[in-house]
Amino acid sequence: MIIDLERFIEAERPHWRELEAALKQLESEGASRQGLRELLRLHDLYQRASAGLARVATFSSEPEVRLYLESLVSRAYGEIHETRVRPHRLAPWSFLVVTFPGAFRRHARAFALAVLITCAGCVFGGAAIVLDAEAKDALMPFAGLHESPNERVRREEGTLSDRLQGSKSSFSAYLMTHNTRVAIACLALGMTWGIGTSILLFYNGVTLGAVAIDYAEAGQAKFLLGWLLPHGAVEIPAILIAGQAGLVLASALIGWGDRTSLKLRLRAILPDVGALVGGVGALMVWAGFVEAFLSQYHEPVLPYSLKIGFGLLEVSFLALFLAKSGKRTT
Amino acid sequence: MRTARLRIRTPEGILFTLPLAGPVARFLAFQIDLACVWGIGITTSTVLGSMGILSRDVAAAFITVSYFVISVGYGIGTEWLWRGQTVGKRVLGLRVLDEQGLRLTFSQIVARNLLRFVDSLPAFYMVGGVAMLASRRGQRLGDFAANTVVVRVLPLRQPDLDQLLAKKYNSLREHPVLAARLRQRVTPDEAGLALRALLRRDRLDPQARIELFRDIADHFRSLVEFPGEVTEGMADEQYVRNVVDIVFRAAASPP
Repeated sequence: MIIDLERFIEAERPHWRELEAALKQLESEGASRQGLRELLRLHDLYQRASAGLARVATFSSEPEVRLYLESLVSRAYGEIHETRVRPHRLAPWSFLVVTFPGAFRRHARAFALAVLITCAGCVFGGAAIVLDAEAKDALMPFAGLHESPNERVRREEGTLSDRLQGSKSSFSAYLMTHNTRVAIACLALGMTWGIGTSILLFYNGVTLGAVAIDYAEAGQAKFLLGWLLPHGAVEIPAILIAGQAGLVLASALIGWGDRTSLKLRLRAILPDVGALVGGVGALMVWAGFVEAFLSQYHEPVLPYSLKIGFGLLEVSFLALFLAKSGKRTT
Repeated sequence: MRTARLRIRTPEGILFTLPLAGPVARFLAFQIDLACVWGIGITTSTVLGSMGILSRDVAAAFITVSYFVISVGYGIGTEWLWRGQTVGKRVLGLRVLDEQGLRLTFSQIVARNLLRFVDSLPAFYMVGGVAMLASRRGQRLGDFAANTVVVRVLPLRQPDLDQLLAKKYNSLREHPVLAARLRQRVTPDEAGLALRALLRRDRLDPQARIELFRDIADHFRSLVEFPGEVTEGMADEQYVRNVVDIVFRAAASPP
């Protein structure tokens, strides 16, 4: 039996038009501005259009009506059946002090794994420098690190003029954007079941370990701490948190010990991954400022004890922030 | 080639499908978006460059940061504001949708845009392209992780049967019993096929048009046989038109 399409369209058209208008209003204003009566009416119209679609699909194969109703029902379905919380306005402060540290704590094991991989890289890089001094050229990414630590310290401590004068802001901006790109790469490589993220973390550790041992062997540990700690106290944890986000993504993909479906696992971790990346972005902005405006100045311009103290203060504050911030709220 | 479709069954038991966007349309949309990012970047640089009068360093810093924010934030911002659409997707009639047909969340938008990095590896979106071709739903890795799909947005056009079934005299209606039997015997698929053939008739090659309507008319004649005096001299296409009129309009409308 085929439905009387003309009569059906004539009878239903006013309701479809009403549903179209209601959806347009809802999509532009959001549900929070709609009254209960309007929302109930929307639900009625949605059910009516759904019933119409079922009739058309069963009793007629007229494609235009069907496509029209499918489009209408799909839009209404998305609005009515969505149950996930959607913030009505941006709340950056709450995001920074509640959502981000909360997400960090929920995935502390992934962070521990990121630290472990980086430490393994540090050990490898340090051992490579101790065992083979020529490995330095291969392990260190920047030409500036290839020179002897003693020569560099002598040169930098001997320069009293401000070598970054007139370029501090642009250098800072470069560092912020470059480091955030590296952090995004670290997260995105989680899609390789974590292999890419692990390689990036390990390589980061290798460089760090190689530089640390190179300067320590030359007796320049104090210079190294004074140079690295002010920005590294935030930048290194930020990279580790980006690695944490990548590993969280990877663990959802692999799903060890989790019997829920892959789709559900990914759906569950997405908000936390987004929060971790947002937090990393904020940390990178801070690290970029510090690296350009503070880290590049050494004794006698700035005493190392001050720079090291500042770095230690930052790392303590960051640890306290990640461990405690927003705990009451969550 | 059949268009891949996303099938969603609602809790009310209603099944609806949405056409998935193909790789070519998505590639073109992406090119338009790249052009937009480039255009916005150039404009912003020009505006911020004028700050160089005060400080070249600060102007350079703002340009670096703004280009980064535009290139990363363009997709996130537009998809959030326009419910899954960027400029390119709007032009090409595409929209990002949750895989279950639900509304997009901010974290889904962020994830699918940030994971472009891995999709773009090793060059020219090779990983993303291969993933799209391998996926039943045409998802790149970013879509897969974010549980999103890209669908084609069809214009909402209410069907106009009057244009097709001009309210003319239909001689088959002279036999209401046979007309009722015809309505009973014609399946929805057969009726839909005849209707589609009529809708597309002007696009058919003349010979193909004659042959197609002859086959369809013969099929309908085999279902219900109308008296010869009613069908005599009636062209096959007119016969199909009359059958469709009976099938889709139960009662005769006044001319």
